[in-house]
Amino acid sequence: MIDALGSPSSLLLVGGTSDIAVATARRYLQERPLRVVVAARDTPRRAAVADELTAAGAAVEVVDFDADDAGSPERVVAAAAAGGDIDVAVVAFGQLGDQDALATDPAAAAALGQVNYVAPVVVGTVLANRMRSQGHGAIVALSSVAGERARRSNYVYGSTKAGVDAFYSGLADSLVGTGVSVLVVRPGFVRSKMTEGLPEAPLSTTPEAVAEAIVTGVRKGRHTVWVPGAMRFVMSGLRHTPRAVFRRLPF
Amino acid sequence: MSETTLLNGWGRTAPTPAVLTPVHDDAEVRAVVQAAAAAGRGVVARGLARSYGDAAQNAGGHVLDMTAADAVLAFDAETGLVDVEAGISLDELMNRFVPQGFFVPVTPGTRLVTVGGAIGADIHGKNHHVAGSFAQHVRWLDLLTADGEVRRVGPESDPDLFWATAGGMGLTGVILRAQVQLKRIESSRCLVDTDRTPDLDSLMTLLAETDHLYEYSVAWIDTLAKGKRMGRSVVTRGRFATLDELPAKRRADPLKYHGSIKISVPDVFPPGLLNLATVAAFNEVWYRKAPTRKRDQLQSIPTFFHPLDAVGGWNRIYGPRGFVQYQVTVPFGQEEAMREVLDRLSSFGTASFLAVLKRFGPGNPGMLSYPSPGWTLALDIPVMKGLAGLLDSLDEVVVAAEGRTYLAKDSRVRPETFAAMYPRLDDFRAIRRRVDPDGVFTSDLARRLSL
Repeated sequence: MIDALGSPSSLLLVGGTSDIAVATARRYLQERPLRVVVAARDTPRRAAVADELTAAGAAVEVVDFDADDAGSPERVVAAAAAGGDIDVAVVAFGQLGDQDALATDPAAAAALGQVNYVAPVVVGTVLANRMRSQGHGAIVALSSVAGERARRSNYVYGSTKAGVDAFYSGLADSLVGTGVSVLVVRPGFVRSKMTEGLPEAPLSTTPEAVAEAIVTGVRKGRHTVWVPGAMRFVMSGLRHTPRAVFRRLPF
Repeated sequence: MSETTLLNGWGRTAPTPAVLTPVHDDAEVRAVVQAAAAAGRGVVARGLARSYGDAAQNAGGHVLDMTAADAVLAFDAETGLVDVEAGISLDELMNRFVPQGFFVPVTPGTRLVTVGGAIGADIHGKNHHVAGSFAQHVRWLDLLTADGEVRRVGPESDPDLFWATAGGMGLTGVILRAQVQLKRIESSRCLVDTDRTPDLDSLMTLLAETDHLYEYSVAWIDTLAKGKRMGRSVVTRGRFATLDELPAKRRADPLKYHGSIKISVPDVFPPGLLNLATVAAFNEVWYRKAPTRKRDQLQSIPTFFHPLDAVGGWNRIYGPRGFVQYQVTVPFGQEEAMREVLDRLSSFGTASFLAVLKRFGPGNPGMLSYPSPGWTLALDIPVMKGLAGLLDSLDEVVVAAEGRTYLAKDSRVRPETFAAMYPRLDDFRAIRRRVDPDGVFTSDLARRLSL
């Protein structure tokens, strides 16, 4: 149960090796020990994350998750729920993709659509079913400012995030009154392993800042958070920039 | 009619939906318990929902609305023993029996609790130091357990199940009926002494030295007073007046009683209305207007026992984010821990109206019963930034002093902290496994604390 002051006792990280997922778990663990289910592919990185969170005070459970496997989300959520109710679930997996390849390779575009859009929609549906029946819980979905308006430099990625954002925003409204809430998180450029080697964009942020925004957003029952907060106004401006200007912007 | 309803406690935090079913008799209760067992998310009984947190909530499962079964089944005017259905409120008991010369054995700061809830939370009142808690005045109770059977349980006939149920927050079964020993009174008026104490030391000294002279005793502390004035209080203590202590004009109708709710708070309070400035001003006025010392003042039952009941829905003044009540006790000899708790609360600047401090008498065998010998402090705190961390750190002070927190008030204690506070938790779990092996009776509180 999430208590009266917004502290959960269990956390499911789908895409549990993502820097934002790990930072979120660490941020919660600064307050209290809790049960953390790390759902990710079986890699050395997953084992390292499990060790790190255990050392930080978590009771860690590890579950296999593969975004390319249609049956994987059901198995992940069933395994996580076997140990008790899921209080907060963070849907944190995704790939940036190589835009040059994506621009011409239909198979690569389809693969990114599977990982970044189809799989999160399946995970969200399975999580919503589970949380609706348990009567409480919070789903945190990692969207991106890139989904707010697709740019020529990463429109495939941006389009998947636009889809994810629309799905979880609609899901949030459909769950009103069920005890379940959804928080859509729209970070700007996050300095993390996903963006390693890329040139930094303006208003860039860190996994820790995103984690802080997630914990505060869940605590306050927010529906959407931008990280950093100023991104909201920047994107509002960009959304209304004439197309002829927008496509010439240098990013 | 059963209906999925969002339920919350008196603090108005963390609402969750459950199928809420009003029940009128044993068969209806049994039917819901069986349905809940089949559905897999369990069931818990709910009375008048005065628990502050999530005790009477059950996310995704069933909740029984017990308030429809509120009959008086038998009353013996010789002994003062009354048999009631568990949904009857203390308010109704007073309405019926004060005019006949009987008062409830124990009353909390509100009359608006059911007898079932009073047993489930093993409530205490201003007379704990002489009378103990509510369950000590219960001769037997009828408990519908997970197997659908109704068992008559008393402190002699099945002490383990009785003392797991008293204070057990509804997790051993559904309390259907109980026999309660009422207390004889000659009048419906209380003789009240008031004392004002300038700080915590003088307060604790006054209570320690003279509490035994009074049947009812409580102190209201200004938690915003800092430094030398920390713990400044108004102490009110008293007892029921005898017939010949009443003024002549009241002797004709000495048991006259009227306990109605006078006004209601509208649901329009914005968050932050109660801030440090407004609450500090209130507390200052309240302290200044109290007499330094006053003796033998006649007060009505509502004025002396239930001042907040005069205002319906007063919990709304804390706004939509709600509030928590922090109530803890530390044993005698651990006064320094109580001082530290008060000190940290006042320096954190929680905008709390008056807190309540009281000396408890001996505890009872209840496995999760809250009262134990020592000092108990209770205060309301609006939900604010940093509160979770503050209260967790206060809990550490309390645990180190071998103190504990009160489940009926709790909405946020850490499960491992709770376990450290209640050494008999494992005994309680063993009784639950015996009478409810599949865990049919559960609640948000039970899940949150892994009870």
